[in-house]
Amino acid sequence: MPQLTPWESLPPGGLVPAGTATQAATGAWRTSGRPVLTLDRCVNCLLCWLYCPDSAVELDGTTVTAIDYEHCKGCELCVEVCPVSAIAMEPER
Amino acid sequence: MTAPRLLTGGEAVAHAFRQIAPDVVPVYPITPQTPIIQAFSSMVAAGDVGTAIVNVESEHSAMSAAIGSALSGARTVTATSSQGLALMAEVVFIAASMRAPIVMAVGNRALSGPINIHCDHSDAMLVRDSGVVQLFAENAQEAYDLTLVATRVAEAPAVSLPVLVCQDGFTITHAAEPVTLLDDEQVEAFVGPYTLGHSLLDTAHPATFGPFAMPDYYFELRRAQAAALESALSVFQFAAADLARLTGRTLAPASPYRLEDARTAVVALGSTCGTIKDAVDDLRASGVDAGLLQIRSFRPFPTQHARALLAAVPEVVVLDRADSPGGAPPLAAEIAYALRGTGTEVRSYVYGLGGRDLHPAEIADAVVAGTSRYLGLRGLACPA
Repeated sequence: MPQLTPWESLPPGGLVPAGTATQAATGAWRTSGRPVLTLDRCVNCLLCWLYCPDSAVELDGTTVTAIDYEHCKGCELCVEVCPVSAIAMEPER
Repeated sequence: MTAPRLLTGGEAVAHAFRQIAPDVVPVYPITPQTPIIQAFSSMVAAGDVGTAIVNVESEHSAMSAAIGSALSGARTVTATSSQGLALMAEVVFIAASMRAPIVMAVGNRALSGPINIHCDHSDAMLVRDSGVVQLFAENAQEAYDLTLVATRVAEAPAVSLPVLVCQDGFTITHAAEPVTLLDDEQVEAFVGPYTLGHSLLDTAHPATFGPFAMPDYYFELRRAQAAALESALSVFQFAAADLARLTGRTLAPASPYRLEDARTAVVALGSTCGTIKDAVDDLRASGVDAGLLQIRSFRPFPTQHARALLAAVPEVVVLDRADSPGGAPPLAAEIAYALRGTGTEVRSYVYGLGGRDLHPAEIADAVVAGTSRYLGLRGLACPA
């Protein structure tokens, strides 16, 4: 959780610099399990990376490596679009 | 400075716009504002000023376009009245919260309904709490002068807010008076170039403008916005003092007229202040010690100035050109708040709704007797 800013230190109009969305731990919003990636099945088509609304599919270069649970909201879009069923929802641990 | 010219308030403000030289003017016509933008459009068509006029499809769009334009780094002005301001109101709040410096001329006109095109201040009061600066002119000259000052106030980095320059519909917008304009070069130097802290078009430093705010930030952002509005009072005084050095005309947020030894002070906004000065002179001639406190800056309200200027006056009569059905009229509420704890008697009157004329005799009646809280209304008296 980032430090909350007092009113007198806020930028005019509440301007938010680009790239600060990473500071919001939206992963806390997940309520119905988490998507789990099985890399053995993944064909690296990047559809999950393309569709993820929270940029929570992590890449190493152009290769899918993991899901960022700090920012994944659990929308399940990646599960829907994966053509080889390499992503499945599982209960939170 | 040129010789006085015969100009309507609308034409005077069009000249102020021409001299301020806005980059962009998104605007939609509405009576009684139309003469402002009609005169200005003629100046653009004649090549007197290189402004892009955007003919939008509504006032909601006019203010939306103004926000994008102003925050991109383009000096932006617009104008509206009554229902136009009502339709725009949603976006006026957003323009203030995004700290968009926009100068807006308002030709004050009664809100519907019943539909009416004549003057009262109900349109301005509708956006009283939007966080914008609201200045009220007494005549065409003040409408011109205040538009120049408004540009400095809107664009001051500490303020960076929309500024509404209110002039009474028809009484000022359409009435021709002698108006003295500054030279174009004087205005250019007075307002300076348009600069902005962070432009929407600064692609090297992209940012989110107008972000969503949860309960953890909304309150702080509103307070920061209120502080910017409060700072407009000193910026107004500073800019008005600069302008006075060029014009010899003083424009205070609150100006006294024959108030120093007054027993009864009248407080009002707009063109009625001219009538009140005559009424005060007549009352003084007949032995009644009356005076006037003219409020030019309604937002931010010069609360401490009003309290100091009214300190020695035992009785205050507030004239509002807008009603607040079921509660205190807006100017009366401000004055009662400014004078809290002083024991000064404050009487509140509403006049002039929908363009009803206010005669000096009615002002005298309010000062001397004041039996009904509606001046110039037919029918049963309504106890003050």
